[in-house]
Amino acid sequence: MNELNLLPLIGIVIVVFGFALRFNPLLVVCVAGLVTGWAVDLEFLTLIETFGEKFMNSRQLASFLLILPVIALLERYGLQQRAQSWVASIKSATTARILSMYFIVRECSAALGLLSLAGQAQTVRPLLAPMALGAATNLHGELPKPVKDMISAHAAACDNIAVFFGEDIFIAFGAVLLMDAFLKENGIDGIEPLHIGLWAIPTAIAALIVHLFRLARLEAKISHEIAKHTNKSTILNAGLS
Amino acid sequence: MSAPVTSTMQVPAIISINNIYLLIGFVVMFLVVKTIQDPAHPKKWTTALFWFLFGNVFLFGDLSIKLFGEPITYQWVGISVLAIALIAGLGKVSMGSYYVPTDEELEQSAQRLKNKLFVPAVMIPIVTVLCTLLLNSINIFDIYLFDQRHVTLAALTLACGLALIVGWKITSGSPLQALAESRRLVDSIGWAAILPQMLAMLGGVFIISQTGTAIQDLVKLFVSPDNRFMLVVIYCTGMALFTMVMGNAFAAFPVMTAGIAMPFLIQGHGASPAPLVAIGMYSGYCGTLMTPMAANFNIVPAALLDLKDKYQVIKVQIPTALTLLAINILLMYGVIFND
Repeated sequence: MNELNLLPLIGIVIVVFGFALRFNPLLVVCVAGLVTGWAVDLEFLTLIETFGEKFMNSRQLASFLLILPVIALLERYGLQQRAQSWVASIKSATTARILSMYFIVRECSAALGLLSLAGQAQTVRPLLAPMALGAATNLHGELPKPVKDMISAHAAACDNIAVFFGEDIFIAFGAVLLMDAFLKENGIDGIEPLHIGLWAIPTAIAALIVHLFRLARLEAKISHEIAKHTNKSTILNAGLS
Repeated sequence: MSAPVTSTMQVPAIISINNIYLLIGFVVMFLVVKTIQDPAHPKKWTTALFWFLFGNVFLFGDLSIKLFGEPITYQWVGISVLAIALIAGLGKVSMGSYYVPTDEELEQSAQRLKNKLFVPAVMIPIVTVLCTLLLNSINIFDIYLFDQRHVTLAALTLACGLALIVGWKITSGSPLQALAESRRLVDSIGWAAILPQMLAMLGGVFIISQTGTAIQDLVKLFVSPDNRFMLVVIYCTGMALFTMVMGNAFAAFPVMTAGIAMPFLIQGHGASPAPLVAIGMYSGYCGTLMTPMAANFNIVPAALLDLKDKYQVIKVQIPTALTLLAINILLMYGVIFND
């Protein structure tokens, strides 16, 4: 083996420690970039230019900002309240059922390439989370904040997991094309994107089973958490009086 | 991993990527003005400066490339980025004060508008998908409606515009009011809105610094080339870990696959490439579910949902992610070897 040069890895060390010590992530990432550049003797101006170029060329990542005005407007006029009361009118709706249904629809539509059909800003915040909360409120009455947070976090997790493990089945998705291009570049021929997409199916099914299993146990967990927190507050109240 | 973008190759389009950036720029600048006008904002000027520097890149970035060329533009953008990080790092960006309607007001309005309130929200995804599928190559005299290389994004922009107008009809709240209302959401996301771009930038620095090669060299020290199971474990776990650092499985994939999977598994043990890369990428996604670096998936939602613990989405995802990582390892070991 040739001489091992570990200097380029210093950025990774900074990222890990910066996060562990809870510095602001923007600062951590910038410092990691600066130090890495310095460690490999990059000229400062070239480094700054790289910063600027990559930042400019990834501006499409900020496009979710365009969705927020619509959501904010609808919320100003009671969208979340409506989502909750609408779900409350469906007697059979439970938090676990709503999330499971969403998970299945989201994973299947992602597998068909319909990634933009949903998302954290456009569906989870205005619709899914309020509905999941509405169903739980319907069953248990007003929820303590930690329980609300747990349900909302589950709603966000559903969207992420469903879309991640569905999307690679769709053969025109960026990840599949990236893998295909990588194999061709490295001299491995005879692999079609379709093969890669097919081999994404077993993990996609595993994700579905694992997560639906967890969601099936969510109702019990919600009851348990509510009992825990009401007990705590009764004791607190008793102590005060 | 992104191909170099050359501005000369663009096909003219009405909703071009540059126009979308301009629009984002205007939206951000509007929020800057609203921030300055906020009478009770605790960190008014620094918060405004933070978003101004960000919006500036969208509003004047492309113009500056046209006028002054790429090097000068990239330099001032790079310096802006450092300033943005510094302002955020010093804790000078905060929420402001907002008009919050009372619960009664919200209930009343929800009662009055009923399910009509869902229409604009549901419109955004449906219009986006329909436009992507049906209108993607519409053009008049060779001017396309949508940017041909960013069809989905252009369709999303159109859908948001239409939803704003329909929302105006339904709620009587104007698009300008909608923009002003969105400041509450943008401020609650705060710096997390910018982290994905910062990470793309760090990825760029890592590429020119050849961090990938260093990782390959390091990992090879731990590999014993004959133990098939351990090779699979190291590849899958390596994908997850490196993805956690980079916040993105796409950045980890070429490094880990070229470093471990190609030489040791494909060439060394004749592993079948298609399942290897498919399951390898999914192992990376398990990492995405567990890292704050994937801010747009894990931190932004926590802010959007007003969670007390910013890491709660990650905490909820970890059991599924670890289970799936274990399944991926066993699955890969079970299917890639043909002999």
